[in-house]
Amino acid sequence: MAVAETGAPIPEPPHPALQILRMLWRDKFAFAATLFLLVVIFCAIFGPMLFEDVATRQNLRGRNAAPFDFSKDWSFWLGGDALGRPLLARIIVAAQNTITVAAGAVACSLAIGTALGLVAGYTSRGLSQVIMRLADVIMSFPSLLLAVIVLYMLEPSVGNLIIVLAITRIPVYLRTSRAEVLEVRERMFVQAAQVMGASTGRIVFRHILPVVFPTLITIATLDFAVVMLAESSLSFLGIGIQPPEITWGLMVSQGRPYLTSAWWLSFWPGLAIILTTLSLNLLSNWMRTALDPVQRWRLETRRES
Amino acid sequence: MISFLGKRAVASAVSLIGLIVLVFFLSRLTGDPTNLYLPVDASLESRARFREINGLDDPLIVQFFRYAGDIIRLDFGVSVRRGEPAIDAVLRAFEWTLWLAVITMTLVTAAAILVGALAAFRVGGVFDRIATFFSLIGASAPDFWIAIVAIVVFSVTFGWVPTSGTGTVMHWILPVAVLFIRPFGLILQVVRGSMISTLSSAYVKTARAKGVKNRPIIFVHALRNAMLPVITVIGDQAAALLNGAVVVETIFGFPGVGKLMIDSILQRDFTVVLAAIFVTAVAIFLMNILIDILYAVLDPRIRY
Amino acid sequence: MAAPLLEIRDLSVDFHTAQGNLHAVRNVSWHLDRGETLAILGESGSGKSVSASAIMNLIDCPPGRIASGEILFEGRDLLKMSGEERRRINGKRIAMIFQDPLSHLNPVYTVGFQIAEMMTAHGLPKAEARARTLELLERVGIPDFRTRIDAYPHQFSGGQRQRLMIAMALALKPDILIADEPTTALDVTVQAQILALLEELQNETGMGLLLITHDLGVVAEVADRVVVMNSGQIVETGSAAEVYRSPHHPYTKKLIAAVPGTGAMADPLKTGVEVLLDVKGFSKHYGDFVALDGATLSVLSGETVAIVGESGSGKSTLARALLRLTEPTSGEACFGGRDLVTIPPKELFALRREIQMVFQDPSQSLNPRMTVFEIVAEAFAIHPEILPRAQWKDRVCELLEQVGLDASHMRRYPHQFSGGQRQRIAIARALALQPKLIICDEAVSALDVSIQAQVIALLRSLQDALGLSYLFIAHDLPLVRDFAHRVVVMQGGRIVEQGPVARIFDAPREAYTRNLIAASLSPDPEIQAARRAGRRLHAEAGR
Repeated sequence: MAVAETGAPIPEPPHPALQILRMLWRDKFAFAATLFLLVVIFCAIFGPMLFEDVATRQNLRGRNAAPFDFSKDWSFWLGGDALGRPLLARIIVAAQNTITVAAGAVACSLAIGTALGLVAGYTSRGLSQVIMRLADVIMSFPSLLLAVIVLYMLEPSVGNLIIVLAITRIPVYLRTSRAEVLEVRERMFVQAAQVMGASTGRIVFRHILPVVFPTLITIATLDFAVVMLAESSLSFLGIGIQPPEITWGLMVSQGRPYLTSAWWLSFWPGLAIILTTLSLNLLSNWMRTALDPVQRWRLETRRES
Repeated sequence: MISFLGKRAVASAVSLIGLIVLVFFLSRLTGDPTNLYLPVDASLESRARFREINGLDDPLIVQFFRYAGDIIRLDFGVSVRRGEPAIDAVLRAFEWTLWLAVITMTLVTAAAILVGALAAFRVGGVFDRIATFFSLIGASAPDFWIAIVAIVVFSVTFGWVPTSGTGTVMHWILPVAVLFIRPFGLILQVVRGSMISTLSSAYVKTARAKGVKNRPIIFVHALRNAMLPVITVIGDQAAALLNGAVVVETIFGFPGVGKLMIDSILQRDFTVVLAAIFVTAVAIFLMNILIDILYAVLDPRIRY
Repeated sequence: MAAPLLEIRDLSVDFHTAQGNLHAVRNVSWHLDRGETLAILGESGSGKSVSASAIMNLIDCPPGRIASGEILFEGRDLLKMSGEERRRINGKRIAMIFQDPLSHLNPVYTVGFQIAEMMTAHGLPKAEARARTLELLERVGIPDFRTRIDAYPHQFSGGQRQRLMIAMALALKPDILIADEPTTALDVTVQAQILALLEELQNETGMGLLLITHDLGVVAEVADRVVVMNSGQIVETGSAAEVYRSPHHPYTKKLIAAVPGTGAMADPLKTGVEVLLDVKGFSKHYGDFVALDGATLSVLSGETVAIVGESGSGKSTLARALLRLTEPTSGEACFGGRDLVTIPPKELFALRREIQMVFQDPSQSLNPRMTVFEIVAEAFAIHPEILPRAQWKDRVCELLEQVGLDASHMRRYPHQFSGGQRQRIAIARALALQPKLIICDEAVSALDVSIQAQVIALLRSLQDALGLSYLFIAHDLPLVRDFAHRVVVMQGGRIVEQGPVARIFDAPREAYTRNLIAASLSPDPEIQAARRAGRRLHAEAGR
C-alpha cells in the first residue's frame, strides 16, 4: 500500500457532528448525562418563566406534604416545603440561579485564567513569574474563606457570587493553559510558523490556543461541578444567595431543621445537585476519552467481548 | 536540592506576604471592629478608648506595619473575643484539623490507589465499571448534603454514632467518612487514568515479554510511574483539608480550624483569622516541600 | 526431519479501528530453526511486528483479535496454552528486544534491578541473579559495570541502553531472541556494533534470532533467510542472497530498486555560480557546552549541500541557528549580502520568505487542527504582499499539484494523509513563500524507503524547475550520496571535512568519515558478507 502512496488518501470520515453523536451513543452513561443536562439547562432557562407563580404560592394544607402523593397536583409529587410550597416546582425554578452562578463563574474563570496562562506561557520570564505567584496566592487562600470575606464586603447577589467563585477558580485554568502552552510552543508546527515569520499573536491564537482548548473545555466541565458544589456550600452556610431568591444549596439548608420529620425537604434539592454534578463528571470523563487520540478507539468500536 | 529548597522557600515567602497583605486589608474593609466588639449603646468615650487601646485610630498602613512586625516575632495579638493569644486558639484548633486530615488522607490514599490500580488493569471490566461509577458519584457529592443525610440515617434512625461533638472514637467516624468521599472519588479517577497510560507504556510491554507476573507488573512497574501525577492531586486535596473542612466541621460541631475561621470572621475577630491563615499557609508550604521530596524519591530523573 | 523450533501457521490478526476491522496480518506462515537468523522485512503498516507480538502474548484484546492460526513452539501451540504457561515461556525460552530502548526500560528502577528481575521472575534467588547480572553487563560491554549496575536507564547512551536490553533478554539463555527494529534509532557506527554483538551471542548460545526490520542493509548484514511482508501478507520468502539477487514479487523488486546509494553521484556545480549563503565561524554555546563550534560553509545558488553526522554532531543546531530559532553565540551568515545574525527584525521578517524549512516528522510539523488549504495559505496570510486573497485558492491548488497531491483534497486534515503525502504538504507550504533556500532537517528520515525515493525525486525536480538550493541535513549516507552536490561532515559540533560528493565518498580524508562510510550497510548480502570477512581478517591480523 505504501508504494502506491500518491493514490487516494484515507477515505473521508463521516461528518464530525455525526461522529461525535455516535461516540456519545457508545457511552450510555455519558449519553444519559447529556440528556439530563439538557433538561436542567431547559429548566434553568424557562423554569422561572413558566413556574414562578406555582413555586411561590403558599398552600397551608401542603405544609411539609409527603412526597409520592400522586392524587395531588404534579408540582407536589416530591412533597411540599415548610410553607406549603411545591418542592418540584421550586427545584425547577431554583435551577436558574444555581446554573447561572456556576456557568457565569466557570465562563469568567475560563476566559481570564486562559488569557493569563497564555501570557505566562508565551512571554518573558519576569511577567510569567508575577502571574504564577499571583496564582499561588489565590491557591493558598482558603477559597471558601475568600468568598466569606468578599461576600461580607459586598452584597451576596448573583453577580458578586459569580465574581468570587470565578476568582477562586482562575488558577486552575491558568496553570493548565500555561503548562500546555509551554509544551505546545516547542512543537514542530509552531516552529514551522515561526520560520514563516508568523507574529506572536498569530502563533498564540491560530496555532497554540486551538490545540490547548479541548483540554480546557474538559476541565471546565469538571469545574462546573466543583463551582456548583462551592456555591451550594456557601448558600448552605447562609452566606451565598439570600432568600427570597433560591438555589438548590439554599433549599437544602432551609430543610435542615425539619430533617427528622420531613427528610424530603433537604433530600430532593440535594439529589438535584448530585445528579447534575454526576452528569457533568460523566460528560467530562467521556470528553477526556473522546479527545485523546490514543484512547479514542474505546468509543469508536462496538463492544463485543 | 538545597538550592531548590531555598528557591521554593523564597517563592513561598512571597506568596505568604501577599496573602497576609490581602487578608489584612480585606478584613479591615469589612467594617469597623468597634461596632462589633462593643455594645450598640456604648458611649462615644468608651469607643474612643477602645480604639486607642487597640491602635485603631492610626492610619491603616501604620496598623499594617505594626501587625507585620508582630508577625515576624510570631505574635499575632490577643483575640478580643476570646481573651487569649490568637495563636493559642488557632494551634489548639489546628491540632484537631491536622488529625482529621491525616486520618482521612491516609485512608483515602490507600483505598484510592488500591482500587484505582486494580480498575485500570482490566479497563471496561466489571470491577472497573463499578469502581468508576462510585468514584464519579463520590467526586460529585455535595459534602454538606451527605453529612446531613448521614446524620439522619446513622445517628438519628439507627443511633449508631453520635450526631456531633468530640470525645470518643465514635465521634470521628462520621466526619472522616464524609470527608473521605470526595477526595476518594477524585484521586481514584486520577490513579485509574494514570495507571491506564502507564500500563500501556513500552516498559510494561517489556515486563510482559520478560514473563513478569501480573501483580508485580501492576504494583512494581506501573504503579510507581503512575504515582507522579497522583501525588499532585493528593497534595491539593490534603491542602483543602488543612485549610479546614469548613462545612463538615460546622455540621459535626468539630472544633477544627475551619470552624474557628468561620466563627471568627462572623465575629470580626481578625487576630484569630490572620493567625489561622498564617498557620495553615505554613503547614501547606511544609507539605508541598514534602511532596517535592517525594517526587524526587519516586522518580530518579527528577533532580532539583 | 525434526519439527522447527518455532513455526507460525496461517496466522491472522485483526484490529478494531474507527474505519472498521483492519486485517493486520492475514494467513502468515513461517518457521525459525535453532541457530538461524530469520528477518521479517517490511515497511510501516506491513504488519511485520504483529506476529512477534502474537508470539509474546503482547497483543491487547480488544482491540486486537487473533482470528486464526497456530504458533507452534517445539511443536506445542502457544495460543492454546494458559496465561501462566505462556508467562513461563516469555523471557525464559523466548525473549524480545525492542526499538527505542529508552522507553522500553522502566525509568524509575535501576538497570541492575530490571535485568535481575528477568531471572527472579523465573525463580532464581536474588543474590544469584545479581551476580549473573554483573556477568551479563560485562559480556555486553558496559564500561564500569560494577558501579553502573545501580544506575538508571536515563544515565546511559542510546547504544548502551540497547546493550542493556540485550543483556536482559539473554539472561536466561533463551532458545529464541526476537529483535524488533533493534538498531533503528541508533547511529550507524553504533548499529554496526550492536549487530556484531548479536551475531557473537548467537554463535555462543545457538539461539534462533528473529529480526524484524525495514532496512535491507540490516537484512544483508545478519539474516540467513528473509520473509518480505506487505499489507499484512507475505509476498516473498527465501534466503537473503537469493531474494536480493532475483526477487520474484513486484513489491520486492520495487523495494530493492528504491534503496539509495547505488546511482551515479552528482558532479559539482560549474564555477561562477552566485553564492547564496555564506556562513563563517558560526558557534552556539549552551553554558559550557559547545553545540556548534565555528562552522564555516557556503551554499551556491541551485546547489544541494548535505550536512551529515551522527546524533549530537551539531547539524540540527546549525539549521536552527541559521533560521534564528535559536540565537547563535558568534559568527556571521551572509544571505544575499545581508548578515542573518545582525539583521533588524523588520528585514528578518522579509527575509523569512527566502529561507524555508522542511522538518523531520511531517505528522508533527503540520498543525493537526488546520486543513491543508489553511496550512499552505498561511504563508499568504503572514506575507499578504505575495498574493491577493482572491487568488489564494488557485495558487494552493497549483502548489499541491506541483508536489504531486490531488488539489481536491485541500479541505482535509493532515491525519487523513499518509506520511509521504504529509511531507509533500510540508514542501508545498515551504514553496508557497517562493524561497531560494530550503533547509531540510532529516526531511525524509521518518519515511519508508520507497517513499523516501519519491520525495527525493520530487525535491530534485523542484530544484530543476525553480532553481532552489537545499541545505540537506541527514544521517543516512547512501541517501546523501545520491542527492547532494557537496557534503559537509560534522562531528561533536565541528566540521571535520567538506567537499564534492564524489570526493567524500570515494576518497574520504578523515578517519571519522571513513568509519561513517564503512559502517553504513549495503543492501547486497554478498557485499556485506565480503566486508564482514574483511573485518574478521583485519581483526585477526591485528591480534
